[in-house]
Amino acid sequence: MSKFKVLFVDDEEELVSTLVERLKYRDIAGAYELNGASAIERLRREKFDIVIIDLKLPGISGAETTRVVKQEHPELPILLITGHGSPLETEEIPKGIEDILPKPIKLDTLVEKIQTVLRQE
Amino acid sequence: MDSEQKNKVDSGEVSEELREGLPRYRRLRKLSVIITLLVALIPLAIMTIINFYQDQESYRAESRYNISRILSNTKRTLEFVVEERRAAISLIISQVTYDQLSDDDGLKTILQNLNGSFGGFVDLGLIDSSGNQTYYVGPYELKGKNYKNQEWFNEVLVRGAHISDVFMGHRNLPHFVVAFRHERKNGEPYVLRATIDMEMINRVFYSLDLDRNTDAFLVNQDGVLQTASIFFGDVLSEINVDVPKRFRHREVIDEYEKEGKWVTSGYAFIEDTPFILMVSKQRDNPFLHWFYQRTGLFWFLIVSAALILVVVMYGSSMTIKRLQELDKRRARMLHNVEYTNKMATIGRMASGVAHEINNPLAIINEKAGLLNDLVFHTKDLPERDKFFDLSDSIIRSVERCSKVTHRLLGFARRMDAKKETIDVKELLEEVVGFQKTELAHRNIQVNYNFPPETILVESDRGLLQQVFLNIINNAFAAVDVGGHVEIGIDGTDTKSVIVSVTDDGIGISEDNLQHIFEPFYSTKGEFGTGLGLSITRDIMQKLEGHIDVKSKPGEGTTFNVYIPRRGNFQV
Repeated sequence: MSKFKVLFVDDEEELVSTLVERLKYRDIAGAYELNGASAIERLRREKFDIVIIDLKLPGISGAETTRVVKQEHPELPILLITGHGSPLETEEIPKGIEDILPKPIKLDTLVEKIQTVLRQE
Repeated sequence: MDSEQKNKVDSGEVSEELREGLPRYRRLRKLSVIITLLVALIPLAIMTIINFYQDQESYRAESRYNISRILSNTKRTLEFVVEERRAAISLIISQVTYDQLSDDDGLKTILQNLNGSFGGFVDLGLIDSSGNQTYYVGPYELKGKNYKNQEWFNEVLVRGAHISDVFMGHRNLPHFVVAFRHERKNGEPYVLRATIDMEMINRVFYSLDLDRNTDAFLVNQDGVLQTASIFFGDVLSEINVDVPKRFRHREVIDEYEKEGKWVTSGYAFIEDTPFILMVSKQRDNPFLHWFYQRTGLFWFLIVSAALILVVVMYGSSMTIKRLQELDKRRARMLHNVEYTNKMATIGRMASGVAHEINNPLAIINEKAGLLNDLVFHTKDLPERDKFFDLSDSIIRSVERCSKVTHRLLGFARRMDAKKETIDVKELLEEVVGFQKTELAHRNIQVNYNFPPETILVESDRGLLQQVFLNIINNAFAAVDVGGHVEIGIDGTDTKSVIVSVTDDGIGISEDNLQHIFEPFYSTKGEFGTGLGLSITRDIMQKLEGHIDVKSKPGEGTTFNVYIPRRGNFQV
């Protein structure tokens, strides 16, 4: 039985699907959505313990998605992923997020981060 | 050593214009000097010329006035002297009867009376109608002399009166003759003739008290001197000046140049005589006169012109220098813009490439990780360890790739000057690290000659990286296969850290050494842009440091980079 349930919002399907699969081996249940709209939709239907959003998303931006999710689920912890080398100057960082992780995502770091955040909850 | 001095660039003296720009500025300077000088000196010259003409005009007017005054005064006096004697003779002939005159003793009395009253009478003679001097009183034996064929005698008979030109008498003294005609009761004409000494006339001239440049004398209509002249000679010599004919004007003033002197002459006719009064004034030529009169002005002019010249030269030099500096700065700015654009483009490309590669790298990494996870949870997989080895190898390779893209992105991000504390040793090793492949490929030995302590500077990491990348790259390009490059740090100076990059490569000729920091100067032919070292120099200037080079062809080259420990450059 998985301890936590994580939703990834990232358009790089190959990457997130692999991450989700790998998290399974670490007792973390994961799902993913490829864009902000479907992620917001899914969060209305399904309960997650934490959401991990890539700032760079097609359609609704990662920052916008974060704001909507935060508005609809104020208690839901959110981690942001930012591409290495693209400074945050273009994207306004939404308030209320737990942390920002740089790319490339290291699985061990991610797991650790998730555990830290959720243990605080 | 010399070339090291020449190429010291912190003074900013190595200039792009050195080879082609300077003649242009020299021309510009010359033009500016000429125009300014013309504008400044022409009014001065015009004023001087005006002054010269005004001065000359007033000098001339003064001379004319002076001469005119002497002329009219002297003319009046001379006319009086002549008229007095003429009138006396005229009176005698009309009042004294022929009988009274035709007596030597009577004549003698008259001559004595005349000399008593007027003076200047030498002799007196009575001539009958046939020209015989029948009665005579005077110092010469002239009694009985016949004048019938002489022109003056006939003139007296026709006109009634005559005053002669001056002639030398028997005593060898200048005289002139006054003669009048009268008729006896029987109608027969007779002539009374008196010789008058020129001394009477000369006295008038002596009394004029003229300066030594002014001459006054009498001349007859044939140009023969009637009195002695200072300028023209003694009595009865001819003067080579055109004597005016009887003009209606009583005075004529003429100007002409004679033997470098300017002569102003005035003429006046003495009434009822053949004499022309002439007053001549000699003076220096107008320019010399002006020059002597206005020596002060002349020196003032020279000093002013010299001052203007100095100020104009200095001013032009400063202006042109300033212009040159501005041009230089503009060229450098253009150059910087070009450089920045170029670097921005490279930066964008690098970051684009890095991002594009990063995503698939992440996927490969995660897939390999997943493979690892799968194998880990499949305990009975044959050759399980081999799988682990393989996936680990993939992950290590991905990590290596990540490092490359990481560097690329780092490089792209560091386009703007940013102050931070930098470990110089680490920075240099990092830069060399970029070129590991080339080093291995060409078997180049890099030796670090670093002091044991950590050397820190406060500067811009990206820009310093760019500088060393360029210099170290040049060093690698200069050496042969198996060559040596030594990178040293001298941390003994308190103000700057000196990094030296020495190679044992081909070296740089002295000729090239003077130009290597100039933009677009390349010895790499089509392979170089010629911008590398110029950009490097500009960056070091931006970072408040500088760079110099010494080299010997065939032995190698050393670049010294002086990094200030605390850069004050503007971020």
